[in-house]
Amino acid sequence: MKEMSRIVKIVTNFIYGFIIIFGFYIIAHGHLTPGGGFQGGAVVASAFALLLISYGQMKAKKFLNINIFSLLESCGLTMFIVVAFLGLGTTFFYNFLANSGSWFGNMVIPGINPGDMNTAGVLPLMNIAVGLEVFAGLGIIVLLMADGAEYTKKKENAENDR
Amino acid sequence: MIGNFPYITVIIYIGCGIYILMFQKNLIKLAIGINLIENGINLFLITLGFKKGAVAPIYTQAPSGQSMVLPTPQALTLTSIVIGVATTALILSMAMMIYKHYGSIEVNEVRRLRG
Amino acid sequence: MNLLNHTPILILALPLLAAFLIPIIGKINKKATGIFATLVLGLSLILTIILAVKILSVGPQIYVFGAKSPLLTLPSSLKFPIRIMFQVDAMGIFMGLITALVSFLGAIYSLAFIDKKDGLDSYYSLLLLLTVSMFGMEFTGDLFNFFVFLEIASMASVSLICYRGTDLGEPVEAGFKYMVVSSIAALMVLFAIGIFYGEYDVLNIAAIASVIKYSQLDKIALGILVSVLAMKAGAVPMHMWTPDAYSEAPAPITMILVAASQASLYAIFRVVFSLYNITLNTLAVGWIIIIFGLLSMFIGVTMAIIQKDIKRLMAYHAISQTGYMLLGVGVGLAVLANPTALQRYGITAMEGGIFHIMNHAMYKGLLFLTAGALFFRTGTRDLNKMGGLAHYMKYTTIFFIIGAAAIAGLPPFNGFASKLLIYESVYKFNPLLSIIAMVVSILTLASFVKVFHSAFLGPKLPQFIEVKEVPRSMVFAMAVLSFIIIFFGLFPDLIVKNLVHPAVMSLIEQFKYTSTVLGGM
Repeated sequence: MKEMSRIVKIVTNFIYGFIIIFGFYIIAHGHLTPGGGFQGGAVVASAFALLLISYGQMKAKKFLNINIFSLLESCGLTMFIVVAFLGLGTTFFYNFLANSGSWFGNMVIPGINPGDMNTAGVLPLMNIAVGLEVFAGLGIIVLLMADGAEYTKKKENAENDR
Repeated sequence: MIGNFPYITVIIYIGCGIYILMFQKNLIKLAIGINLIENGINLFLITLGFKKGAVAPIYTQAPSGQSMVLPTPQALTLTSIVIGVATTALILSMAMMIYKHYGSIEVNEVRRLRG
Repeated sequence: MNLLNHTPILILALPLLAAFLIPIIGKINKKATGIFATLVLGLSLILTIILAVKILSVGPQIYVFGAKSPLLTLPSSLKFPIRIMFQVDAMGIFMGLITALVSFLGAIYSLAFIDKKDGLDSYYSLLLLLTVSMFGMEFTGDLFNFFVFLEIASMASVSLICYRGTDLGEPVEAGFKYMVVSSIAALMVLFAIGIFYGEYDVLNIAAIASVIKYSQLDKIALGILVSVLAMKAGAVPMHMWTPDAYSEAPAPITMILVAASQASLYAIFRVVFSLYNITLNTLAVGWIIIIFGLLSMFIGVTMAIIQKDIKRLMAYHAISQTGYMLLGVGVGLAVLANPTALQRYGITAMEGGIFHIMNHAMYKGLLFLTAGALFFRTGTRDLNKMGGLAHYMKYTTIFFIIGAAAIAGLPPFNGFASKLLIYESVYKFNPLLSIIAMVVSILTLASFVKVFHSAFLGPKLPQFIEVKEVPRSMVFAMAVLSFIIIFFGLFPDLIVKNLVHPAVMSLIEQFKYTSTVLGGM
């Protein structure tokens, strides 16, 4: 796909970092505010889609590498299942870090509270794993569909030239 | 009667989706039809948890003294939305592959398996 | 940490972990992915057998996710269960054994069958995900969990059907049709789950079963669930996706897809027997399931006789045999409220239907694997182009004869045992149904004699002069299935008494299902 005009590229340069940071904010605060793994991952993937549209497919492939995304996706999924396995001393998916005083382990005050980030045990870890997996996965989908669109456009242009 | 308005919207969504699936011949329009049915079902699930005069079920800095809507259907709807994203991505990829092989995305021209 | 308590979840979690690790392993060495997947599925099979021995001797097994102990169903001061749980009773582990065996043999067969070097790690990863989703559908005790596993199964199987879609266009068309049908089926299942949640405020099957009243909304939910799950199982008149999907998928995937369709059939039985039981009008719903069964049997076999493509013919036979299972269990459902008729022939009809599920997975799997072997060596699926292959592929011929005799219902193979149970008990219910079933069996035999004659008999053809026997891993998978077919045919009494009868009693007795979770309330 063709790259867009200079104004769009300048605005993209400013803004795509903020979109990625906002996405990570949504992932990390999933246990306090609305959001979590999937929602934050989708926001980060929309930053990649923005890069793809504004720079065109040929230039965007230089800084979005499919192999790294594939590795990140597998790492995210494996981290999710390994964290679930770690609770196997009691049950699968047991929240062994909640209310325990260690990493993410403060006591939770029941009811309405201003929200402490250091609570809820295993949930932020799983949110981060799912967020990693979702943004890598959606990034791969967007890149491969752009490849497919490029291929069909080349085929159509070749047919129209004949 | 006015409280039933979300449910009537659900029926309209699902009805439009089924109409599109039955009568349209373009593969991308079939993907849109499935997406419409799915939006209708998500709306149905969220409407099930409604209580009069309640706020969103978030404890962080919530206003005190008010009831909250049921949070379980919201978790079900979230899962359904994620599944819908994956389904749409798969159907659109298959439509692209069919275009690559046959050069057309009308159902009448693409169909080779009969009997 | 007593590992035996955690077996229901380890059967699922180990293939799931392996499915996520395979892309990482695939970047290092491509061939190791297949061997790793086969080892993990073998481990799952061993764990399933251990769990089966425990359930058949002790009783149903529960596993609650994320609780302080695996058996803590009712948390403190609550009267209904709130966590997701697995509830494995005799019927669930019966289906689990079929799934474990079929997936393990499919992975062994794939080691030699799949010769495309490109997407090999995706293939094994998706195969493991499909296995995990089938186990999840059969073990779960929670309705929404069932919906999630149903969607995972449909997405994994669509991706696997389109596996050859990079070179050809027909697999993608078959996959597209299957994806649209699966999407609608899963969304309507979610609609029915929404109706249940809105009425009773719980999602656990045992909890809903203890408070259900057969109101108007429940009737709507029952209608939606039975028809939509029958669509996923391939019953007529919703069977249009089955011939395309089964014929265009690679052969080991077709075998696993047959088991996945039977998992949807298991879901119909679970909903009708354990969720509703005698609160519904058993005669009416039973007759509806019987009509589905009759239509499937007859239309499946008549469409199969005229086919030229060998896998499409076998796919229509799969529809026809699904009709037998629906007929047997439908007769059992129709007499559920009538204790004398239930004892006389109802339980036997259900035993026939449920035993037929396992027999069908075995002999249909064997037939699809032989069709795959023929495609692997000759490169074609068209019966008009094949001929005289018995001279070159001796083992495949013997396995095909065993499979064809089993599906036609000839003794001493296992098809005869389950079909005889169905014929005898359905005759006492209504003689006409039994006669239609026997006629269908004769037509099945006719069509398989046609296939045997076209593909295997005849003089040696010059274009097949360098066709050899298939590789050893494929022969091993087919040999294991043949051995099981002959063993079940010679000793059906052992299997029916130890595996099938507990499964049937666990479906009929709804009180045992709910009291395991709710503690006798």
